[in-house]
Amino acid sequence: MQFSESIFATRFAIARQDLENYLAEALSQGGDYADLYFEYLLTSSISIDESMVKSAAQGVSMGVGVRVIAGERTGYAYSDDLAPEKIRKAARVAAHIAAGPGKPGSFGLNEGAAHNLYPVVTAPTETAFSERVELVKRADRAARASDPRVFQVQAVYADNLRHTLVATSDGVLALDRQPLARMSVWALARQDGGPPQRGHAGGGGRVELGYFLNEKTPEYFAREAAREAVAMLEAVEAPAGEMTVVLGPGWPGILLHEAVGHGLEADFNRKGVSAFSGRIGQKVASELCTVVDDGTLTGRRGSLNVDDEGRATRRNVLIENGVLRGYLQDRLSSTLMRSESTGSGRRESYAHIPMPRMTNTFMLAGQSDPEEIIRSVPKGLYCVNFGGGQVDITSGNFVFSASESYMIEDGKLTRPVRNATLIGNGPEALKYVSMVGNDLRLDEGIGTCGKEGQSVPVGVGIPTIKIDRMTVGGTA
Amino acid sequence: MSENHLSGLAHDLVERALRAGASDAECTIAEGEEFSVNVRMREVESLKEAGSRGAGLRIMKGKTTGASYTSDLSREGLDRLVAAAIELAEITTGDPHAGLPGPEELGSIDGDLGLYSADVEGLETERKIAAARSAEEAALTADPRIFNSEGASFETHVGRHIFANSRGFAGEYRSSYCSLSTAPVARDGESMERDYWYTLARGFAGLEPPEEVGRTAARRALRRLNPVKMPTQKVPVVFEPRTARTLLDNLFDAVHGMAIYRHESFLTGKLGEKVAGENVTVIDDATLPGLFGSSPFDDEGVPSRRTVVIERGVLKSYLMNTYAARKLGLKTTGNASRGLTGNAGIGHGNLYLEKGVQSPEEIIAGVSEGFYVTELMGFGVNIVTGDYSRGAAGLWIRNGELAFAVSEVTIAGNLRDMLRDVEIVGADLEFRGSVAAPTLKIGEMTVGGK
Repeated sequence: MQFSESIFATRFAIARQDLENYLAEALSQGGDYADLYFEYLLTSSISIDESMVKSAAQGVSMGVGVRVIAGERTGYAYSDDLAPEKIRKAARVAAHIAAGPGKPGSFGLNEGAAHNLYPVVTAPTETAFSERVELVKRADRAARASDPRVFQVQAVYADNLRHTLVATSDGVLALDRQPLARMSVWALARQDGGPPQRGHAGGGGRVELGYFLNEKTPEYFAREAAREAVAMLEAVEAPAGEMTVVLGPGWPGILLHEAVGHGLEADFNRKGVSAFSGRIGQKVASELCTVVDDGTLTGRRGSLNVDDEGRATRRNVLIENGVLRGYLQDRLSSTLMRSESTGSGRRESYAHIPMPRMTNTFMLAGQSDPEEIIRSVPKGLYCVNFGGGQVDITSGNFVFSASESYMIEDGKLTRPVRNATLIGNGPEALKYVSMVGNDLRLDEGIGTCGKEGQSVPVGVGIPTIKIDRMTVGGTA
Repeated sequence: MSENHLSGLAHDLVERALRAGASDAECTIAEGEEFSVNVRMREVESLKEAGSRGAGLRIMKGKTTGASYTSDLSREGLDRLVAAAIELAEITTGDPHAGLPGPEELGSIDGDLGLYSADVEGLETERKIAAARSAEEAALTADPRIFNSEGASFETHVGRHIFANSRGFAGEYRSSYCSLSTAPVARDGESMERDYWYTLARGFAGLEPPEEVGRTAARRALRRLNPVKMPTQKVPVVFEPRTARTLLDNLFDAVHGMAIYRHESFLTGKLGEKVAGENVTVIDDATLPGLFGSSPFDDEGVPSRRTVVIERGVLKSYLMNTYAARKLGLKTTGNASRGLTGNAGIGHGNLYLEKGVQSPEEIIAGVSEGFYVTELMGFGVNIVTGDYSRGAAGLWIRNGELAFAVSEVTIAGNLRDMLRDVEIVGADLEFRGSVAAPTLKIGEMTVGGK
């Protein structure tokens, strides 16, 4: 996309020279670097509950964030009004972080080559509501039809379209149009008046509406949610203590996000507060483990053509055959660590300061047949679906909560077990990975990662893996 | 933009929605200014300052509804806001229970709730930086094992909340808060641990001294050093106030009116029944002056109030907005909560567990072998079933004393049993946020470890 075609030029009449002027204002007190992040975000959501479409909402959020970096210091201000005097005021406020002579500015802003990872002609947000509302109605009908024990269904379809413009004093001018859509279905099932159980499924990505019509349909998510709810009706108490854990493929990759991903974000390592600090080149996982963070996968929820600092995203190897290879860098940390940005600078919105974040984090496939992995376990737990997770960066301890899992007894899956939290220590947990399946799968596209109050969409993935030792937090 | 302009705008948007074909409308406008400074290793790391505002509109067209929001308050942006809400009413389903509160239910409580303190606005940047520096300095110098820091931050927020609807309600209030926190990192040999502490208040004058915040944060980080992973066992569990409070968050989810009518809570249908120990009384009160969950009216224009949720173990009330109350054949408890967009959800005011008589020291002294939980991790609480399983860290209690640090373990049980098994409620209730609980002892839970 050319600057002259962007919404910021056409609707808000911002000219290239204006960007130069705002950057000059931002650096008027000195400072090493400044950037502008313009955002125009359209959102919509539709939800169904008790077979009634009870809520439909759409919104517009727009603004610009101005950042000035002077040494290790960051000044930040934003405005939700794109009038020139408001942007200049934000630039002056951000400028206060520096204390020196201003730099005369011509920054030579130039659009570089960029990925085209979501060639979406019509974003879902731009389609008729009458089409989108059918998705939640279909999900509701399908979940109810799939099993008579299902008695409550909720479905939410939500999408957004984010227009961004990044201009930096390094001369970067990056534009992007980021579509994102997601569908979620929850089903409650009960048997003979007994206590209910819940199942959940969902997915999406940076896709066209056709994705939900042709590839992953409302019926697909609905049946999956209903299946999980019904399966859990038979669940017995989860075991407690250390045991062998097998993770199924896909969403269980949240293990990697919590166990290693966050701990490898460069800000924590620059400050020396991560359990992984100073461990590059050391063995932190079994040789079977290679973990990457890749923002360049077509159409994925965690993918971006450019990060929120205007850098092209890329594929970053975090762990290679068990050895720690690198951190996820943004501009500030990479400059201070004398490294380079890995295209990992992300922010929730124009009102937020960017920081190193993950995109799509996954483990590469291994050699083992997934069925053989389960057969190899005399007694353990097989986890196929999870809720959220969390990590304490400094101690390295992390948790993730299994929402659907089964006992493995004598190499066979037996009973489903109730929700249990799994806990481990980041630099240690992956050392116990003894088998890695050949069935790498990425998740369906439902992940949202929170860090220091900022939420961004992410993806995860993993093949079936066997971890010889992990603590399971059940009651039995 | 002048103050009167925004108040007038809410009313104006309601009128415009009615003219565009809505049978009812409600409009929320929020305006705020935020400031934050982070100091790390004695240097200013970041300064952030900005103001923002936005408008949200929800309309009814008969029994269908539509909603929209915008931060674009230009003429074009507002035209779009009204048109979008009206358009969306075409795709929603007529719902007999949907609609605004009745006129007799609307209103606002009288008197100054102390939500706004003028000293926040005039505060010089240098004083805010100084407060953050002092807190971090106190932590860094508390002990030689404090070797690093994630920094200290000082934040202020000043806001205005305006609400108007087509049933004649118009109200607004200003609020402010400031907070100071610091997160030191301690090391001893291979062991590295961090913790944090904070203070927050409606005004600067209400904050605790920065040095005290820093020393408390340091003490908390230090006591976590060299943790042990305990063998799996069933023991009494004592929650300190910071973790006990999270059990009230779980309870809130379980008495949430929406969860009740959908049968998504283990407390569905338990009104009037004994669900907890005799020593458990839980109150939601949005009328307590100066506290963080207080407000003169809820987000549907219903006056705030005090609701007894659990009284001596008996479930007395769910927490509801107008919609959930109608679904359940009950009256709203004034707990409607919303951002700028969509239908009203449900929130709490100041939700707290009434205090008992024993000090935390007395409670600990009565435990021969148990787990004192200072940190909980993850999301392993299922409100449908009550199943509870979370990551935990803290201190092991041996012979009535805090003996050594414990980490990388889980605690598990079921909320249904945990509520009944509350053996002791402490006397140390204090509000550090809108949810508060004193130290709490639960008779037995499963600690998952080695």
